[in-house]
Amino acid sequence: MSQRKPALPPAFRLADFWPALPGRHWANWALPLLVVLGLGFFPLLTGKDVHRETMFTLLRAVVMAVSLNIILGYTGYVSFGHVVFFGLGGYVGFYLVAVQGRSLWEALLAGGLAAGLLAWLIGIGILRLRGAYFALVTIGVNEAVKAFIQNFDPFGGPLGLTMNFAVYKAYGGPRAMLQMTYYVLLVLAVLAVLLAYAVRTSKFGLGLLSIREDEDAAEVMGVVTPMAKTWAFVLSAVLPGMLGALFFFRNGSIEPHEAFPLHLSIEAIVMVMLGGQGTVLGPVLGAAGYQAMRAFLLTNRYLKDIQLTVSGALLLLIVLFIPAGLIGWLRRRFPASRRVLL
Amino acid sequence: MTVLLRVEEVTKRFGGLVAVNHVSFELQEGEILGLIGPNGAGKTTLFNCINGVYTPEEGRIVFQGQDITGWKPYDVARFGMARTHQIVRPLADLTVRENVMVGAAFGSHAWGLTEAAVRADEVLEFLGLAERADMLAGSLNVAQKKRLELARALASQPRLLLLDEVLAGLNPSEIAEMVETVKAIRDRGITIIMIEHVMHAIMNVSDRILVLDFGQLIAEGTPQQIAQNPKVIEAYLGDPKLAERLMQRGA
Repeated sequence: MSQRKPALPPAFRLADFWPALPGRHWANWALPLLVVLGLGFFPLLTGKDVHRETMFTLLRAVVMAVSLNIILGYTGYVSFGHVVFFGLGGYVGFYLVAVQGRSLWEALLAGGLAAGLLAWLIGIGILRLRGAYFALVTIGVNEAVKAFIQNFDPFGGPLGLTMNFAVYKAYGGPRAMLQMTYYVLLVLAVLAVLLAYAVRTSKFGLGLLSIREDEDAAEVMGVVTPMAKTWAFVLSAVLPGMLGALFFFRNGSIEPHEAFPLHLSIEAIVMVMLGGQGTVLGPVLGAAGYQAMRAFLLTNRYLKDIQLTVSGALLLLIVLFIPAGLIGWLRRRFPASRRVLL
Repeated sequence: MTVLLRVEEVTKRFGGLVAVNHVSFELQEGEILGLIGPNGAGKTTLFNCINGVYTPEEGRIVFQGQDITGWKPYDVARFGMARTHQIVRPLADLTVRENVMVGAAFGSHAWGLTEAAVRADEVLEFLGLAERADMLAGSLNVAQKKRLELARALASQPRLLLLDEVLAGLNPSEIAEMVETVKAIRDRGITIIMIEHVMHAIMNVSDRILVLDFGQLIAEGTPQQIAQNPKVIEAYLGDPKLAERLMQRGA
């Protein structure tokens, strides 16, 4: 409509993102934070590199699952393309460091921004689709971005890019770099949890939950759904973008198949569903539990080849029997736990 | 009195079916307007046109002096119009209080969460749902869900409230309670249009009544005028003579 509208209340204010739901128990944010910090500091206590590398993989899963939860668990939109943000952030960050000679910090920032921007563009385009249609298109987006990068020469096309190891000298050499990037990942994981808590308990988050429950009813109550969904998508994309930049900086090389593996998206969905979609603590526990199971399967002589099959079966069982996930089930089974568990 | 809402020649078609056919009426501030008609007459469709769920093919909706035709439902809501749904739509996995907070936080005043929680508790108290505030909305029974619909709409403190069959499915004592509630809402300064099938209730509560049949406005007037209008009797009973005979037999 071309006519000017009278002054409606602003669709969003910055204050709407502030965690403000009255009467919250401190454990709502403290529990997930404690789990992340406990897992994160465990290898520093033992001092073993192998523990650190295990936990690096685990914290990476935490960042992916917790950020995916914002669009999947809070807003109710199943995205099979979450890894696209990881991959794109990875490529943008890697390009800046390896080709342009920028610092890791600039790469992290640019990776997050690029992922957020992509999410915003996708959001405007496809978030008016609902249900299965949205889910299908997210797979398409991942494959499209992958295909684009495979043919994009500045990013090395199908071969990808490799890092000159001299770059790591600025970060105290490869060994110190591995330790330092671990701390950075820990910070990202903490940020992910704080963001998830803030969104879950803010007015903005209440709008997202209402969209998940009944999008049409939410609209009738005044939730500006296109804007809310787009911002939810952007917020869920920024941290995976930064994570990608960090991961491939540490990795020393990047190529399309490593950056956009569809199974990483699906594993993130399993983690969120396992722990409890829509809760803050759930995806953290889900990521930890899933990684523990994965480690067990991969080191088992008989099961290592069917690890993804087991994950698929697990997803099926969760959806069939405990669709609310661990935390959701606990909250339902023991209503008294609702105040503490979120 | 000022005109709060003006509906001008509104028409809504679904394929070949004309669900709402050139309907026009005006609504004064502070009025309770009843909207009645047989099933499928287009009452809910008219509501959907007024609050932006559907865009009418023809005609205009003017609310608070502003042409709101083609606005999205969320903009209409933020401009001061709230509604309830005939088929209740609770946000099942949120608590009753959170449901009502959505109305308060995103409606015309766009209150922050703290303020919205206070408003929600006030409205829940007013509608007798206070003890259920911390229950999940999905666990309420039908009568309570109807009240929840009303609470959510009311919590935004709208200028205009559209009530779609809030009495359907309630027992007689619940109906009596709800009628008092509707009057109390009007006394708070909120203008109301209500769709209803429970005749004695709508006759009792409305200042004025519109009758829709096959998408067309067939009568408009005070409850007394409507009760005696032969076109209305025909629409409901199929034959004006039949009504007369029924009356005679009753007497």
